[in-house]
Amino acid sequence: MSAAATPATTKRARRVPAMPHLSGNANKLLAAVVILFAILLPLFYDPLSGFIDATTTALAYVVMALGLNIVVGFAGLLDLGYVAFFAIGAYTMGWLGSGFYAQVNHGKGVHVAVSTFAQNLPGIHINFLLVLIAAMIIAAALGVLIGTPTLRLRGDYIAIVTLAFGEIIGRVAVNGDSVKIGGYALTAGRQGITPVDPIKLPGLAPFSNAINLRPWYWVALGLVLIVLVVNIRLRDSRLGRAWIALREDEVAAVSMGIPAVKTKLLAYATGAAFGGLSGAFLGSYLNTVNADQFEFSFSIFVLAMVILGGLGSIWGVVVGALLLSYINRYLIPNVLSGPDGIPRKLGLNFDFTELSFGIFGFLLVIMMILRPAGLIPERRRRLELTGEAGEGDTELVSVRA
Amino acid sequence: MEAASVPRTPRRQSKAAVAVRRFVSLYGLIIVLLILPVVYGIQDLQQDGNLVRLGQNFKDGLSNGAIWALIALGYTLVYGIIELINFAHGDVFMIGSFVTVSLFGTIGLTLTTGALGVGLGLVVCLLIAMVVCGSLNVMIERVAYRPLRGAPKLAPLITAVGMSFILQNVGLLWKGGSHQSVPDLLHSQQHVFTILGVTVTRGDLLAICATVPLVILLTSFISRSRLGKAMRATAQDPEAARLMGINVDTTISLTFLLGGLLAGAAGLIYAVYQTDAWFFQGFEAGLIAFTAAVMGGIGNLRGAVLGGLIIGFIQQISDNRIGATWTPVIVFAYLVLIMVFRPQGLLGEETREAG
Repeated sequence: MSAAATPATTKRARRVPAMPHLSGNANKLLAAVVILFAILLPLFYDPLSGFIDATTTALAYVVMALGLNIVVGFAGLLDLGYVAFFAIGAYTMGWLGSGFYAQVNHGKGVHVAVSTFAQNLPGIHINFLLVLIAAMIIAAALGVLIGTPTLRLRGDYIAIVTLAFGEIIGRVAVNGDSVKIGGYALTAGRQGITPVDPIKLPGLAPFSNAINLRPWYWVALGLVLIVLVVNIRLRDSRLGRAWIALREDEVAAVSMGIPAVKTKLLAYATGAAFGGLSGAFLGSYLNTVNADQFEFSFSIFVLAMVILGGLGSIWGVVVGALLLSYINRYLIPNVLSGPDGIPRKLGLNFDFTELSFGIFGFLLVIMMILRPAGLIPERRRRLELTGEAGEGDTELVSVRA
Repeated sequence: MEAASVPRTPRRQSKAAVAVRRFVSLYGLIIVLLILPVVYGIQDLQQDGNLVRLGQNFKDGLSNGAIWALIALGYTLVYGIIELINFAHGDVFMIGSFVTVSLFGTIGLTLTTGALGVGLGLVVCLLIAMVVCGSLNVMIERVAYRPLRGAPKLAPLITAVGMSFILQNVGLLWKGGSHQSVPDLLHSQQHVFTILGVTVTRGDLLAICATVPLVILLTSFISRSRLGKAMRATAQDPEAARLMGINVDTTISLTFLLGGLLAGAAGLIYAVYQTDAWFFQGFEAGLIAFTAAVMGGIGNLRGAVLGGLIIGFIQQISDNRIGATWTPVIVFAYLVLIMVFRPQGLLGEETREAG
């Protein structure tokens, strides 16, 4: 071949995609192994270990990051107020699954399909699964509400309006204890609504996060799997392609007959629904719905997961969300500092607690500079960046320098 | 193509309809802007028979807004040139405050220093804080944003957040997590004079007297000087500017330098005016200033100043009458309303951005 290495063959050789695509079966096998590993993982740890705790939270964040990925990654609408949907999901859990509204029904409470123990408690107690559905619906409605004023805006103006709504919801959560509607406070402010009902699945005893964290982990994993399947199916659907078309060129997409308003609002609603889902789970898991959780920095945290993982890339976002939550909830507090931290084990009287902000920021900067397109870039974007487009992919290559 | 499937565009409407729509949108904006002052003005007239309280709010709003305006200018400059929401900017402002506070100790400025000493000391501190913040901002650009030029548009946003966290941590290690009280060198609450019943304090004078010259200097630098022209050219089209022989990297560094200088000045004014410094102040101030920049039309210098002043005014009215806990809600609700009526911001130009 050496003598015959004409320009044509070298050119063809360079067109081989950077990452060979696995065949369908190998992909399925890999997915099955990963899922099996994820299911068995908590059995290797103590039922109350910090690792399972961090992983469960990380899985809830994965759901949120996947939701935000629909809005920012697929539809290209920069949303800096995603915390609003976390808040509304968590508050739905708090409103419908706690003793917060103790006066309701003359102190006898309202109960729908809950454990025999909860049936005697005052307040509203509705089964976790129903609350999840309610949280998704309410969050989706809020998503449409927030999305509507942004429809006329372009680029980063969308970012500031969503940020504004996120801040408004956050502040209302903080001040909600003084907002009374018909004698009922809206939120419990910084005190937090606590305790929140644990998850009660049909046929099982209610979970307890004081005894065993494993069931929580499995529920979180289940949510992640469901949301993953929905996300993948959505991405490849007509709607998903419409989102990507709008992201790439709104004018062209609209002129091809894509209804911009409906498509954008559906992106907001879908993304928000996942945020609400995860929020309701976290409300129950953390056993409190506290206004301090709903700050702007949380929106930024989830956005960092999406961008760091790879905007629009489902697997990238999963990896990004897991990585950042582990760094934030496990690596920095448990490994780099604290009594079991590495410095202490090495006999150093040195603690990274004071530096946790800085370490997180430093890691963000380093990771972003090393992988500007994200850890696992979306295939379309990878093609744009490297120019390694096949014959059929030429239309994907951006003309922008 | 069937007519029914074609989305209705504004172009199809008659000229009169367009005129009506434009009138309504302008009218709505004015109503939105005037709703708070008018409501509370009427209330004041009923209760006190004059508008002194509203005037007082307005004056306080101007002084606070001047600080926001200085920070917002930094946001808008950077956004105008590289389309980046520079989240680290607020924290550069915080560092400016901290430098000021430390310098007070180093130079030996205390409450007992004489008037001349305080004046000279403040000018020295102002210059040092500005230079420190300017160079810091340039360094941040070198380290965190320049390597990402040509990367996806949102990548620098995350490094900006990262730098913001790093700076906050620097502040935390430097002065600790609690609020630092700053010696009230100027006796900033001391009354200087009274106009129409509104008392003006020394703090107000400082805020106005430091901000106005800086803003005038900045705008004339950008509109008159060669470097300013280079900045405007780069903002419009970096590629074309490069072809015309403009060193785009230097120009961007210059932009960050200017933004940092203003942030440093704002840091000093804030520390002296509020007599308080805190490692988290930059985060909140940054959020407000960014809002101001967007409200005025991001990329537009006069818009940033106008936005800063309007937000300062809204905050004062809300703090004074509705309650400080609700102020962010009012400010952000205003922002959303303004965006609804004027999607390009108050002074922003209507542009069509492809892609």
